[in-house]
Amino acid sequence: MSAWLAAPFRPVALLLGVVAGSLREHLRLVLLTGAALVCALIAIGLLFTLQRPPIDSVQTGYRGTGMITHSYPRQVAAYLPFNQVDAAMPAVPPSGKPASAVYKNIKVLGDVDSNELLRLMSAMTNWVAPKAGCAFCHSVNNMADDSVYTKQIARRMIQMTRAINGDWREHVGSGGVTCGTCHRGHGIPAGAWTSAPEPSAGLAEVNVGKDRPAPIAGLTSLPYDPLSPFLLGAKQIRVEGTTPLPAGNHRSINETEQTYALMIHFAESLGVGCSFCHNTREFRSWSQGTPHRLVAWNGLLMVRTLNRDFMAPLDTVFPHALLGVTGDSPKVSCLTCHNGAYKPFYGASNLSSYGELAAAPASTGAAR
Amino acid sequence: MFDFRTRSGLEYQNLFDRVHIVGDLDEGAPLRWGNDNRIFKPWYSRLLGRIGSAQVGPFYLGATGVASILFGFIAFEIIGLNMFASVGWDPIQFVRQLPWLGLQPPAPSYGLHIPPLNQGGWWLMAGFFLTTAIILWWVRVYRRARALGMGTHVAWAFASAIWLYLVDGFLRPLLMGSWSEGVPFGIFPHLDWTAALSIRYGNLYYDPFHMLSIVFLYGSTLLFAMHGGTILATGRYWSEREIELATDRGTAVERGAIFWRWVMGFNANFESIHRWAWWFAVLCTLTGGIGILLTGTVVDNWYLWGVKHGIAPQYPAIYGPIPDPGRLAGLPR
Repeated sequence: MSAWLAAPFRPVALLLGVVAGSLREHLRLVLLTGAALVCALIAIGLLFTLQRPPIDSVQTGYRGTGMITHSYPRQVAAYLPFNQVDAAMPAVPPSGKPASAVYKNIKVLGDVDSNELLRLMSAMTNWVAPKAGCAFCHSVNNMADDSVYTKQIARRMIQMTRAINGDWREHVGSGGVTCGTCHRGHGIPAGAWTSAPEPSAGLAEVNVGKDRPAPIAGLTSLPYDPLSPFLLGAKQIRVEGTTPLPAGNHRSINETEQTYALMIHFAESLGVGCSFCHNTREFRSWSQGTPHRLVAWNGLLMVRTLNRDFMAPLDTVFPHALLGVTGDSPKVSCLTCHNGAYKPFYGASNLSSYGELAAAPASTGAAR
Repeated sequence: MFDFRTRSGLEYQNLFDRVHIVGDLDEGAPLRWGNDNRIFKPWYSRLLGRIGSAQVGPFYLGATGVASILFGFIAFEIIGLNMFASVGWDPIQFVRQLPWLGLQPPAPSYGLHIPPLNQGGWWLMAGFFLTTAIILWWVRVYRRARALGMGTHVAWAFASAIWLYLVDGFLRPLLMGSWSEGVPFGIFPHLDWTAALSIRYGNLYYDPFHMLSIVFLYGSTLLFAMHGGTILATGRYWSEREIELATDRGTAVERGAIFWRWVMGFNANFESIHRWAWWFAVLCTLTGGIGILLTGTVVDNWYLWGVKHGIAPQYPAIYGPIPDPGRLAGLPR
């Protein structure tokens, strides 16, 4: 009955026959090679996946809910040297004169004692440009000159640091931040990010904003730029249904994947798992989670505000080579400060040695 | 211990002896009118003989089989070429990133309309060809069983798996009114979709049909191990003669049955064990499909549904009540 239908496929069948024939001759070789490849892949996968004991576990929720934060002492020991807060510079006797009376073109730190200003400048050099020194920001022939772009940025960053310490205590606490919290000896902090280009398409869909290894989202195939919508834009993270039965929540799976990717960025930046903040049986419930989530919630608003008020407008100051593909300036993420620790420097701080960064006279008072 | 086979000189006839028969190649049962011929000369493979039948071939193509392979190949090509295009036709990146690459359904704004090819149209087309290929293969499975005078149990078990596939990629998007609810093609992308679906709809673990599906999934593996293990373990008492033993209980049955009652309190018989296994496997995808079909269409948050119906235990809020800061700040929930 169906012979006439299959007839056109005879050549295909013949071709299959040739392939099958050669396969048959080398079947053992093919199978053994395949088996060896699979074993090697599994071995490599395990090598990069597993952690050998010991593992430290801290219970963060009611027993039986699986709310446990694990850490690996060897890994923490390896991180510690990179998460040591630097020793504060020795205190200097005050000159009694404000910086604005001694130096020219002081726009932000004018009311700081002039000796203290020099001390802070030395500290900033260590934090941001230990190798390049003063010349990283200053024209060494005329320190008051604003011609080096980094000086303009540094000025804005001092204002940003003050805004963080003044306006965002709900996130940074009394410990606050200094330039060193993010910079750690680098001109551009590790974890700074720029936006991905808009999705594009030819005959095929060549870029949908996901489906490739996404370092920000823990190497999943989730959206690889979950930061732009949430840490610059004001997209709502809340996708989950809030009622048992459908009641008008039309948030899509795609939006859920964006939220999911952002949450992976949170967790990986802090070196924790979901249950550091959440009871994962009900992600949206605040009371079933931990108070850490409130800190993180304020952190999200903080980073969004910092990126909008301070980082994004600097795209006219940064040189072209440092801008992202969409021409945007490098921005703040959770990783820039946290560097893999649940609190930057595991909670240590030397802000108290640099009172001029803690004060917030230049705070923007940005709307939250 | 007394051993039938040693005593009767049939020691080699045991399930544990891996018999590698070499003799006349078997062309298979004669086919009636309306069937194509089987093609290729069969051959023996020593390696395959170690784990299964040593004879490979002859093969039956047939119209539905050939059409299925053709449609499946088209779907495979659409998916693969879209993935290839997404890495700029770079063969090295294609191989390196293959597990991450995918073909996504249209954006929610398209609803159930047909989008342009590069906006999800390829996804829709790949889905059509793959679905057609799978259904054609189901027809082949059904018709081959009939051609051999067999029952169609395998076809209906396969249909149960197809049901879950259709719910995920076609029926649920249809009920939700948007192709965007469908599953992307791709290794990691479809796994990410699975996780995101559970997060969006309030934790699928509280979906009772998901619970049932897991029971039948794990139950299937358990039954598979128990049945295979018991038959092998009673092989020396001729347990592989299951049909005879179903009606005329021999010592293999009695030993196996007592063993099951000792270790789990109840035993199947030599006939019913196969029905247990078939139903466990079939119900796995059948209940799973129902669970997914209800997600988003009838239930929006499975955890809250579970609270409403008393299946989610309440734990003490050990940090005290934590108010939603978003609500305090006037944000939408």
